[in-house]
Amino acid sequence: MRRKYLTGTLLDENIVCSLSDLCSMCNISAEMVHDMIDEGLIHPSGKDPRQWHFTSIEIHRIQTTIRLQRDLRVNLPGCALVLDLLDELEELRRLKRNR
Amino acid sequence: MEYKDYYDVLGIGRDASQEEVKQAYRRLARKYHPDVNKAADAESKFKDVGEAYEVLKDPEKRTAYDKFGPNWQAGQDFKPPPNWDAGFEFSGAGYTGADTTGFSDFFEELFGGGRFGGGRQQTATFRMQGESQHAKIVIRLEDAYMGSKQTLTLSRATVDKSGHVRTEPHTLHVTIPKGIIEGQRIRLEGQGMPGFGGGPNGDLFLEISFADHPLFHAENRDIYHTLAITPWEAALGATVPVPTLGGNVDLKIPLGSQGGRKLRLKGRGLSSSIKTGNQYVALRIVVPEPKNEEQKKLYQEMARLMPINPRRDTGA
Repeated sequence: MRRKYLTGTLLDENIVCSLSDLCSMCNISAEMVHDMIDEGLIHPSGKDPRQWHFTSIEIHRIQTTIRLQRDLRVNLPGCALVLDLLDELEELRRLKRNR
Repeated sequence: MEYKDYYDVLGIGRDASQEEVKQAYRRLARKYHPDVNKAADAESKFKDVGEAYEVLKDPEKRTAYDKFGPNWQAGQDFKPPPNWDAGFEFSGAGYTGADTTGFSDFFEELFGGGRFGGGRQQTATFRMQGESQHAKIVIRLEDAYMGSKQTLTLSRATVDKSGHVRTEPHTLHVTIPKGIIEGQRIRLEGQGMPGFGGGPNGDLFLEISFADHPLFHAENRDIYHTLAITPWEAALGATVPVPTLGGNVDLKIPLGSQGGRKLRLKGRGLSSSIKTGNQYVALRIVVPEPKNEEQKKLYQEMARLMPINPRRDTGA
């Protein structure tokens, strides 16, 4: 029997989604997205909520935030700090590996 | 079924207070959280710690667990004695809000759905989308360069008819698109955790990382390689074969090249249908060791004919 290979959606630098796409993909409310934007945790492009666009970076940051809140009870400012430090750590790991 | 020593998992004694149990759990949960800890076994340790806490934080479950006594060793084959839970009045639900997917058979047998109030069975009365699942996969650079098909096995929790949660291996065949780069993710809709009450399944997110490669490393879309050349190839210029992820190609070394010089092979990196990656080749000059008088003389001759102070800029 021939195997069926799944082809998913590649979340690369080109993917953009609207507020409602984002909410259904991450399973969160629009209100939570607003809170995360207020906290500076994510930065959509576009002027008002109807024109907002989110990239794969936002999707990843939101999903990590949800896990940090659920598993470690980190509040939103704490999540923003953790995410920024994780980005920095990732950059340092990359530099160290490629040295 | 293997016995699990929950006290050992949390690194505490059997006489630890509830406060100490909580503190040990919080410390270890932070340490092993898979978003923070990149070690390969961090996720399984994080789950073990969560499972241990799920039992030990609840005085009823802890008392029931303690009944087995301290003589069991972790990993030892274990069968609970019949009616081991008789005489306890279990008021709480089996699960207390923790994400119990991936808990061990040991936990499921003792505290799983149905036994401690059966928290899971109630969930069938409402519809809920399954949780999204996240996994990391390691692929070869060649697979990213060409695109490939991968077969992977993940563990996935399923709920059977009696409300028990079982962890089962879940095999997936996935197409990896050409030009995928490290850190990017593939979203597979409906391949995550099963939904409840007829709700849709969650999604599966696969994060890509690259296995180490003896010849290349990747930075975003670009591939880096260090190419060894001779002094005369560097000085006189030459066309030499250089490995790329798509096989050897010829590279023109310009006349008068120095060690460390970087040359670009356009489009030989991780290119997708719309984005182009390049390969950068850093030159490393291999100096032949003079093995006899004639060869030494040749170097002396060069020193005489081509005097140079390469340290002039440093003032040395």
